[in-house]
Amino acid sequence: MVWHADHDLPDVDIVLLPGGFSYGDYLRSGAIAARAPVMHDVIAHAKRGGYVVGICNGFQVLTEAQLLPGALLRNANLHFVCRSVHLQIANPDTGFTCAYGSGAVPQIPVAHHDGNYFADAKTLDRMEGEGQVVFRYCDNPNGSARDIAGIINEKGNVLGMMPHPERAVDPATGGTDGRAFFESLMRGVR
Amino acid sequence: MKTADKAGLEHARAHGLSDDEYNLIVSRLGREPNITELGIFSVMWSEHCSYKSSRRHLRKLPVSGAVVICGPGENAGIVDIGDGQACIFKMESHNHPSFIEPYQGAATGVGGIMRDVFTMGARPVALLNALRFGAPEHPKTRSLISGVVAGIGGYGNCVGVPTIGGEVNFDPGFNGNILVNAMCAGIVETDRIFYSAAKGAGNAVLYVGAKTGRDGIHGATMASTEFDSQTEAKRPTVQVGDPFTEKRLIEACMELMATECIVAIQDMGAAGLTSSSVEMADKGGVGITLDLDKVPQRETGMTPYEMMLSESQERMLVVLKPGSEDEAQAIFHKWELDVAIIGQTTSGGRLVLHHGGKTVCDIPIAPLADDVPNYDRPYQKTPARSVLRPEDVPEHNVAEALLRLMGSPDMASKRWVWEQYDRHVMADTMHESATACDAGVIRVSGTDKALAFSTDCTPRYVYADPVEGGKQVVAESWRNLTASGAMPLALTDCLNFGNPERPEIMGQFVGAIEGMAAACRALDYPVVSGNVSLYNETEGVAIPPTPAIGGVGLIADASKVAGFAGAQAGDSLLLVGDNTGWLGASLYLRECCNRDDGAPPPVDLAAERRNGDFVRRQIAAQAVRAVHDVSDGGLACALADMALASDVGMQVRACNELPLHAWYFGEDQSRYVLAVDPQNVDAMMHHAAKASVPVCIIGLVSDDKVLDFSEHKVALDTLRAAYENWLPGMMEKQ
Repeated sequence: MVWHADHDLPDVDIVLLPGGFSYGDYLRSGAIAARAPVMHDVIAHAKRGGYVVGICNGFQVLTEAQLLPGALLRNANLHFVCRSVHLQIANPDTGFTCAYGSGAVPQIPVAHHDGNYFADAKTLDRMEGEGQVVFRYCDNPNGSARDIAGIINEKGNVLGMMPHPERAVDPATGGTDGRAFFESLMRGVR
Repeated sequence: MKTADKAGLEHARAHGLSDDEYNLIVSRLGREPNITELGIFSVMWSEHCSYKSSRRHLRKLPVSGAVVICGPGENAGIVDIGDGQACIFKMESHNHPSFIEPYQGAATGVGGIMRDVFTMGARPVALLNALRFGAPEHPKTRSLISGVVAGIGGYGNCVGVPTIGGEVNFDPGFNGNILVNAMCAGIVETDRIFYSAAKGAGNAVLYVGAKTGRDGIHGATMASTEFDSQTEAKRPTVQVGDPFTEKRLIEACMELMATECIVAIQDMGAAGLTSSSVEMADKGGVGITLDLDKVPQRETGMTPYEMMLSESQERMLVVLKPGSEDEAQAIFHKWELDVAIIGQTTSGGRLVLHHGGKTVCDIPIAPLADDVPNYDRPYQKTPARSVLRPEDVPEHNVAEALLRLMGSPDMASKRWVWEQYDRHVMADTMHESATACDAGVIRVSGTDKALAFSTDCTPRYVYADPVEGGKQVVAESWRNLTASGAMPLALTDCLNFGNPERPEIMGQFVGAIEGMAAACRALDYPVVSGNVSLYNETEGVAIPPTPAIGGVGLIADASKVAGFAGAQAGDSLLLVGDNTGWLGASLYLRECCNRDDGAPPPVDLAAERRNGDFVRRQIAAQAVRAVHDVSDGGLACALADMALASDVGMQVRACNELPLHAWYFGEDQSRYVLAVDPQNVDAMMHHAAKASVPVCIIGLVSDDKVLDFSEHKVALDTLRAAYENWLPGMMEKQ
């Protein structure tokens, strides 16, 4: 765990930006956190090819920091949504999805107010062409363009996703369909 | 004796004080109070802060027990949950602000109840609520629901504490006065609990959190008066919440609590700086002197009166050990919160305030906190209603009645509401609104234990018979916890009633307390915290009496938590408890016959305990696949819930001679339905007979997704549509 005002990121394989409400989501979700001092080092880590994962608010921070394309708008129905959703693995050959078997449809919860992914049509076409769309909703809960739930950057080392795989790692508290996400990451850094 | 002057009396009336109360203040002080002092008296003597109409009756509730570490009187109640840990919890009303400004009213209700819990050292781990709205077709209902739900979610989700359960009910009696009751629970090590008694003179008083503004001035007084058509004009008295500051305040307080700096700590809730400083000094047996120029202020030119009565949110008062001032302030600086030493404790027993070089208040603390008015309001017992027999109630087709009930406002799915709450943050949620359990359940990190929570009240029973209704409220809470497999430990209450100056309302209050006290004693289920919300009236129309209960139970082995989603085809269905077909004050009567007469079902507390203890033993022995309590809508609705959650059909037959509407929809108490593997049934019947618990085999779980209730059939899909579509249909209607 590093403090927002720190400058020195320790030597790590993966930087994870978790969910939450950084700065209360005031102004715009993730906008203030994207400008926190520690983000200089996170961006440098990403440019060096290090893994960066943003989940929920972390995804919003990564788009605000322009490490990922597009933006996350308010949900189409304007309500916060907390729901368990099924995901399609749109690209199984990434460092974030390689442990999911072919045809896997993991069930993972979402919990957000601003998860409505938006990018212009040209960007979306390019992303789809290059395998940057990693997860799609089977039943879109927030109005996201092309049912997008998670994306990677062009190099494939930065991922953002709205669903919470860390909430699906224990049969007692929401199932285990998120485990393969972390197993994929572990394979990647090994 | 000094008597009040005329100008003083007029001021006092404008502050909600009676002439007698004002005369008492003058005689206690030996002089007229100045405006700041009058403001301070008016909030401390308000119903909300002083409990002046309720105190003598609240004493009848049992408040102690083997697991109770701290009962009523502190910021929240505390029960021992073993392994050197405790659960701190409380429920509180935010009715009046939520009616005027639903989003902020509900949001700050959540924020306030969280502060009551973390101020005692516990990290909040669960939120629940109990919401009551007017008739669905009333023009204000939809916007109130939207605002309240968004406010609860907006605050709780942002702070990052899961909202795991609650209830939402509708009744035209709430048209002009909705109820928003919020509950919070936290977990603490028993040797790290903090209290509010500021013992010792000469200690620094530290103000931390948000700045003080002009919001919420007179919130406590507003919560102690009736509404009228001018209520909208009170909007500026509603406070505004800042959940991000609350989050930082939690983390900073947790960090401070890990040090040895604290003598006492208290949040600034109703009546803000006034009640926090007075209560801390009173409990510590000291006086307190504050320099108001040092209070962090959001606006310029604030008067002492405004500062003392402000209810700005996210503020705490801490009394520090000598020499720890720098260490404490450094922690709050790190979290970028306002912090200032604004005064000190004294040996004088007086509240002294300085502002702009002058002493603006100098009054004894005792008459503010201890020696406050204590009324014995006249009360009138609620007249008893006659008992309805099944033949007094029209008999409708079982299948049609079931569909109508499951799609009725009180029974229909509240998915539209709870999908707006983050129910999983913190990653310890085992059961929540979506997962088919009678309680919300969280595991206790790092242990094998889990805690179960439930909020309950059936206002129509309490209205019909406050004593039996009061019993039922406690019994249903105890039953819901039991059905999750938990041992009920203790409860918090939120007593929402009308104007106590009316004898019939006071009669409801006194009766409900009598019933609750009897049930608490019989079930070893003490009251450890709570609040009273009176004057819930608009233009002389009182709400239905609503003593809401927030219960807490312990599940020793989290792997054995029970729910009602596990029924499998071939399972036997068992009914625990007697079915006499009690239709008085039932949901069937209201929804299918448009009547609300008749005595409500009585609660046999000994049977309640026997039946519940039996069910809990069966759950612990893992002899049941699914378990659900029987409440609103009777046996048929309990079975329908189980069938929907388990995605199965059922074949059910009556096992006595009652007419079918009474058998299926009667609301006899102390009952559960169980789905049991057939090979466990004989043993279970044997155990039940030995424990004198009536158990009857009423049918079996089928694989055809049809409910066949005495040959009245409903397809599961049809039932699900009725159950799921009502609330979205109502909220999204053009």
